[in-house]
Amino acid sequence: MRTNILISFSMLCFVFAANAGTLDKIKKKGHVSCGVSQGLAGFSAPDGLGVWNGIDVDICRALAAAIFKDPKKVKFVSLSAQQRFTALQSGEIDILSRNTTNTLSRDTSLGLNFAPVIYYDGQGFMVRKKDGIKSAKDLSGASVCTQQGTTTELNLADYFRANRMKLKPVVFESNDEVTQAFLKGRCDALTTDASGLASERSKVKNPNDYIILPEIISKEPLAPAVRHGDDKWLDVVTWTVNALLTAEELGISSKNIDSFKKTRDPKIARFIGKTIGNGKALGLDEKWAYYIIKTVGNYSEIFERHVGKDSPLKLERGLNALWNKGGIMYSSPMR
Amino acid sequence: MNFLKSEKNREYLWQVLFTLSIIAFFTFILRNTQSALDKQGIASGFSFLSQEAGFEIGESIIDFFSDDTYQLALLSGFLNTVKVAFIGNILALALGFIVGVTSLSDNYLVAKLSKFYVESIRNIPLILQLFFWYSIFTEVFPSVRSALNPIGGVYLSNRGLYLVSFSDHWFFNILPLIGILSVVAFFFFKKRSIKSLERTGVARKIFLPTLLFFILVSFALWLVAGLPRELSWPTLAGFNFEGGVHLSPEFSSLLIGLVLYTSAFNAEIVRAGILSVDHGQWEAASSLGLNKNQTLSLIVIPQALRVAIPPLISQVLNLTKNSSLAVAIGYPDFVSVANTSLNITGQAVELVLLIMLVYLSISLSTSLVMNIYNRSVTLKER
Repeated sequence: MRTNILISFSMLCFVFAANAGTLDKIKKKGHVSCGVSQGLAGFSAPDGLGVWNGIDVDICRALAAAIFKDPKKVKFVSLSAQQRFTALQSGEIDILSRNTTNTLSRDTSLGLNFAPVIYYDGQGFMVRKKDGIKSAKDLSGASVCTQQGTTTELNLADYFRANRMKLKPVVFESNDEVTQAFLKGRCDALTTDASGLASERSKVKNPNDYIILPEIISKEPLAPAVRHGDDKWLDVVTWTVNALLTAEELGISSKNIDSFKKTRDPKIARFIGKTIGNGKALGLDEKWAYYIIKTVGNYSEIFERHVGKDSPLKLERGLNALWNKGGIMYSSPMR
Repeated sequence: MNFLKSEKNREYLWQVLFTLSIIAFFTFILRNTQSALDKQGIASGFSFLSQEAGFEIGESIIDFFSDDTYQLALLSGFLNTVKVAFIGNILALALGFIVGVTSLSDNYLVAKLSKFYVESIRNIPLILQLFFWYSIFTEVFPSVRSALNPIGGVYLSNRGLYLVSFSDHWFFNILPLIGILSVVAFFFFKKRSIKSLERTGVARKIFLPTLLFFILVSFALWLVAGLPRELSWPTLAGFNFEGGVHLSPEFSSLLIGLVLYTSAFNAEIVRAGILSVDHGQWEAASSLGLNKNQTLSLIVIPQALRVAIPPLISQVLNLTKNSSLAVAIGYPDFVSVANTSLNITGQAVELVLLIMLVYLSISLSTSLVMNIYNRSVTLKER
């Protein structure tokens, strides 16, 4: 871990200077370098065969599909919460798609730019059922396990300070250690994003021994991030996310996209590249959005597959439904 | 071309060129980094140190809350590093000394046990040992509600060790100070004893007056303080024990791991030191009628120390530097706090520089102190 930081540090000193032209660089090397987590079911986790799966992973696959027409042209780099920003800043990865919250300081002093939000989350607490805790307000004096260097760690301190409660934080670098420490009883509560809690709860042997408290103590808009200073690349990432949402809105999915080949709807014609212009503007193939949806699927398909009703997590769409279906997911028009 | 003909001048020229190229190299790195940081709009400079940190630290010697500054957070982490390094080194030296001496014992079982200890401990990577000790706490010890209570005032659970302690009274707080004074008194009595030995041939007692000094001073102050007697008992309040002294599982397992690991190396150094003393010294001592213990403590060990101290210094530094593995088991040492700050502020260059600077100054000041001690025990030729 220390060596990792040192490597990133030396990379910061040397490699750094060349940062423009990320898209050209990616086209030349033939793959997208995608920073993901060390294993968070539903967002980014390797399966039994070592294939990465999750919402965050599919964002990178969609990018590869848009650039190379092939969602497999991605190299995943597994990063701790600690390493993620340095890895992006130093150019080790092209995009950070790692359940990362968009905040002011990250957007500014960390030198990042965020694409549209791909999952609206909020921080919650998980406790043991037999402890009889009913509300987060009961947690004064409790030991709370959390991951180092996350917004979670800061929100936790804020929440306890605001409610004048005493906090005994136990922090680890890796998410696995945090969860293990909680399961072994080192802590009274585990805190992370609500989706993360559901993901951890789905993995334990007796999920019913644990409960997730009703309080959501923060806003966690999770979004992919890229480096400052390369607007063209940010545009590609931004519109890739928008394409996923637009497809759901237009009712285009991986299963039916080929049936729109002769469409007369101008929106759909622009989307699948029948009417040209969008691809050239982004520096991509005119059928970029077609390949995304054909190979990866639209936002709804990705959501249900990894965290929704087709997954062990069984999360509701909630805020993450489209704007016209009670949520706040809203894509800018693709024209 | 007379200038280059002199060998001395040529040597100087090379040295100047070498120095210049090093300066040029670092100037390049510095400027390249600065321009790259500016280009990406990443904040730089040390002004963040006075901003609010926003995170809490699990255990701290000084009072630290999330609305304090990064400066204070880093200081708190630094003190945690110093705490574990200071206690760890004292224990590792003491244990290493004992194991080193016993590994040369005539007693077969004791000698082999010491050997076994050294060989098994120093051949397992430290990080694995740390995970092992930490898992002992989390896997073996019961939850806080059913904490082991072997004797009154001692509670052992997966939240660590809680011990009964003195209450927070100024008298109890200055007790360590009296302890330090007693150490000073010890050296005073020792000097007096040697003087009297040289003058009259009779050594005066050292330990008894030191002990009397400690007891009398403490008792006098205890009377002045109004006979405080309250103890602080750990009691289960809510989620955790309150009161008493708390040794967290993170601190304890880090301390145990570092002490055992380093003591194995120390033991080998002590053993090598003792073996380096010429056999003639043992024979000479026994011909003077000294018994084995006297020979060891008066003749052999003082000479062995001369050989052992320089490598022991590097082990002291090793333990200090190894304490940065703390982050793996969640102990908030300097590196851990600096990492957290790094991740929030994104100022990797500044914080990594700080980390390097802090470890460099800890190491340099430790080796300064140890070298002064080394000079005092080296052979003084008259």
